[in-house]
Amino acid sequence: MLTRRQALKRLAAGSALAVAPGLALAGAETEARFVLVILRGAADGLAIAAPYADPDYSEQRGELALPRPGAGDGVLDLDGFFGLHPRLNSTYELYRAGQARILHAVASPYRERSHFDGQDVLENGGSRAGALRDGWLNRALKPLGGAVGDEAAIALAANTPLVLRGAQSTTSWAPSRLPETDADTLERLEILYREDAFFGERLAQAMNSQEAAGDLDAGGKRRGIRGARLLTENLRLAASFLTAAGGLRIAVVEAGGWDTHANQGATDGTLANQLAALDDGLDALRSGLGQAWSRTAVAVVTEFGRTVSVNGTRGTDHGTASAALLLGGAVDGGKVTADWPGLGRRALYEGRDLEPTMDLRSVFKAILSDHLEVSARYVEREVFPDSGAATPTKELFRS
Amino acid sequence: MSIAAIIANNRFGLGARPGDPDRRDDPRGWLLEQVRARAKPEPAVRELPHSSEVLTAIQALRREQRESSTAAARTPDIVQRYGRVVRSHYLEQATARYAAAAATDRPFCERLVHFWANHFAVSADKQPIPAIAGLFENEAIRPNVTGKFADLLLAAERHPAMLLYLDNVQSIGPGSKLGKIARRRGRRSLGLNENLAREILELHTLGVDGGYSQNDVSTLAEAITGWSIGGAGERGRFADGTPGTFEFREAIHEPGAKTVLGKRYAEGGLDQGVAILRDLGAHPATARHLCTKLVCHFVADDPPTGLVDRLSAAWLDNDGELLPVYEALVNATEAWNDTNRKYKSPHDFVVSTLRALDRVPDDSRFVVNALDLMGQTPWRPGSPAGWPDTAAEWGGADSLYKRIEWSHSVARFAGSRVDPVALGDAVLGSSFSDHSRRWISRAESRMQGLTLLLASPDFQRR
Repeated sequence: MLTRRQALKRLAAGSALAVAPGLALAGAETEARFVLVILRGAADGLAIAAPYADPDYSEQRGELALPRPGAGDGVLDLDGFFGLHPRLNSTYELYRAGQARILHAVASPYRERSHFDGQDVLENGGSRAGALRDGWLNRALKPLGGAVGDEAAIALAANTPLVLRGAQSTTSWAPSRLPETDADTLERLEILYREDAFFGERLAQAMNSQEAAGDLDAGGKRRGIRGARLLTENLRLAASFLTAAGGLRIAVVEAGGWDTHANQGATDGTLANQLAALDDGLDALRSGLGQAWSRTAVAVVTEFGRTVSVNGTRGTDHGTASAALLLGGAVDGGKVTADWPGLGRRALYEGRDLEPTMDLRSVFKAILSDHLEVSARYVEREVFPDSGAATPTKELFRS
Repeated sequence: MSIAAIIANNRFGLGARPGDPDRRDDPRGWLLEQVRARAKPEPAVRELPHSSEVLTAIQALRREQRESSTAAARTPDIVQRYGRVVRSHYLEQATARYAAAAATDRPFCERLVHFWANHFAVSADKQPIPAIAGLFENEAIRPNVTGKFADLLLAAERHPAMLLYLDNVQSIGPGSKLGKIARRRGRRSLGLNENLAREILELHTLGVDGGYSQNDVSTLAEAITGWSIGGAGERGRFADGTPGTFEFREAIHEPGAKTVLGKRYAEGGLDQGVAILRDLGAHPATARHLCTKLVCHFVADDPPTGLVDRLSAAWLDNDGELLPVYEALVNATEAWNDTNRKYKSPHDFVVSTLRALDRVPDDSRFVVNALDLMGQTPWRPGSPAGWPDTAAEWGGADSLYKRIEWSHSVARFAGSRVDPVALGDAVLGSSFSDHSRRWISRAESRMQGLTLLLASPDFQRR
């Protein structure tokens, strides 16, 4: 009788017959990797990277203003104008090593203040909620190869977020605490699912991620990890998948907990803890990827920003522009990219939010064409239709 | 069972039980009886404590925690005790919920309770929600699912769980008595929080395309300032009122007339916000938004427009009474079409498994852990939008794999007592395909057969 691992391998391979041998070489360290991190709930860009030298910063931010560089627990100076949140230490080290780019006053084309529509636009890649039913990263997979049972992209979650849903086969994985199902039962299920493509495809996809996961579940170490620390853990695990044998080279990690309406905190507190968990996760991802880090890009994005002023409950409400991070050995870092609109009352979007001056789709387009080498024409026509004004951001990557 | 009886049980209900009567002659009548009768709550949920008791006890624990932390070193014991108390409330309520779902003879009603609790979602990832989420479902949702929508809406928005979850307890009108004092003293941090107002408009009533503006959000937020909870607040303010219950606080209510969606509401304290919510409940955009959600839940991921139109008309013709809407839904031919079946959510899958195996849980940990792995931890959707309701969103590869693993675990302890083919016939009736039936009958053991049955496409859809 086959061992479970052998059966998984066979099941995964059996469903990938359409792939020509040799195509799935992503395990090689030279292959470009991409990790998309979605911060759900509208992360406060003014806390991620504070424009501490903006003349209106302290006054507008009130009790949420972070101390200047050099002061106790002050921001980590980026360029004399912006400073990273003091809990983003590892990110700062990457910045100093030229491997982190900070992009500010960025936003998707969405201009209202609903989380759910905002996330929909961020992920569908169109210009409004519901404009497209699949995700932009799924559409981008078509020229990147992969097939059912031999996917190129994985979501670190039981269910797949919209950005990765669509016609191209993707897989997903989350840890289990249940006893393993035996190989014989899995093979019979494969037969049972033959008449139903919805189930058949998903089983083949799951077999691929089970195979790539190997012994990650052993020891049940993740039992009970919740909240912000789950993000740290998922980023660590993403590295395992992107270095496992097989074709996985794109991962999506998501995390909630950024909707800080009350008691947001400045150097300490709710948001600071979230940022520390993100920072630790990025560090774990970097070290886990090893040599592959040099060919990796990680984008950290959120659906929109938060109000510039503090609200009545020591937090911030839904806003417009935020900040994004682009990290990795492939990134031309150590720079801040921002067409800074200012924080003066008249400069604010609708009198309350940071005005967006850069379209996030410009950044995504550059990642796809300059880093993952998807043709610019395909990106323009199929991945981000209706986005002509958002030209790809130049020179984000080392050539 | 006939196909109509199967649909009544599996799509409208929570899954057939092997001993359920066929109801071949009148499955529609059986469903409508359930919502028309004024029945007592399910036995399993009757003994739960009231949220005011739980909140009061928890507040006392919190106070103790805070005082000990200001004193010398915070004792880890108190922190752990708080976590343990919250967790035990959560599990007790989950046990009651899943026992009721497994045992009920009115599964259509119970499904509606789950549907509306998810519509007015509070999420256990924010304290102290895990200790009261099930009580919110029991106190605000359960008694109101067959009445008028506006009453359901008001019960949900005024429940302490909602006021805490969406921060309204701390929202202070800038022109209120307390707001003015705070400003004079330079306390900029005391003021309005628009979180609840936004979600009322966007999620609970009109829907995101319902035609409201940022100004409507802010004005509604002002109108519901003062909607708070009795007993001492987090920082010791507000000691008046019955602890742990809704309390209107004039001192933080923003005075003056308000205009929302073009209609002016005269100053009226608590009544002003109530009047606005009543109008929102009867608004055509609300009818459309909620009828779309109902059709998506009961009929198809892509709701047929004609059916949404008919349900909306029933809503508006009856001034937001829900019963006529349910009648229109149950009487719709689209709902009895077998070709468009829904992929079960993890919650549906687990509940229908309990029912198929006639197992009423007396400890919910098995259920809670299973749902956690499949991505649908009870009362923890992570956002006020609640859980999604389509195959696209529940169709993750790993989520299916977890369903398979859980089916296998269930079969390991229940499999030897069950004939899987007979069980498939009993709970799936004519929707049990020949292909599945054949391969399940060839399983090497009853245990394996039950794993295959529970994981089969036939059982995974409703």
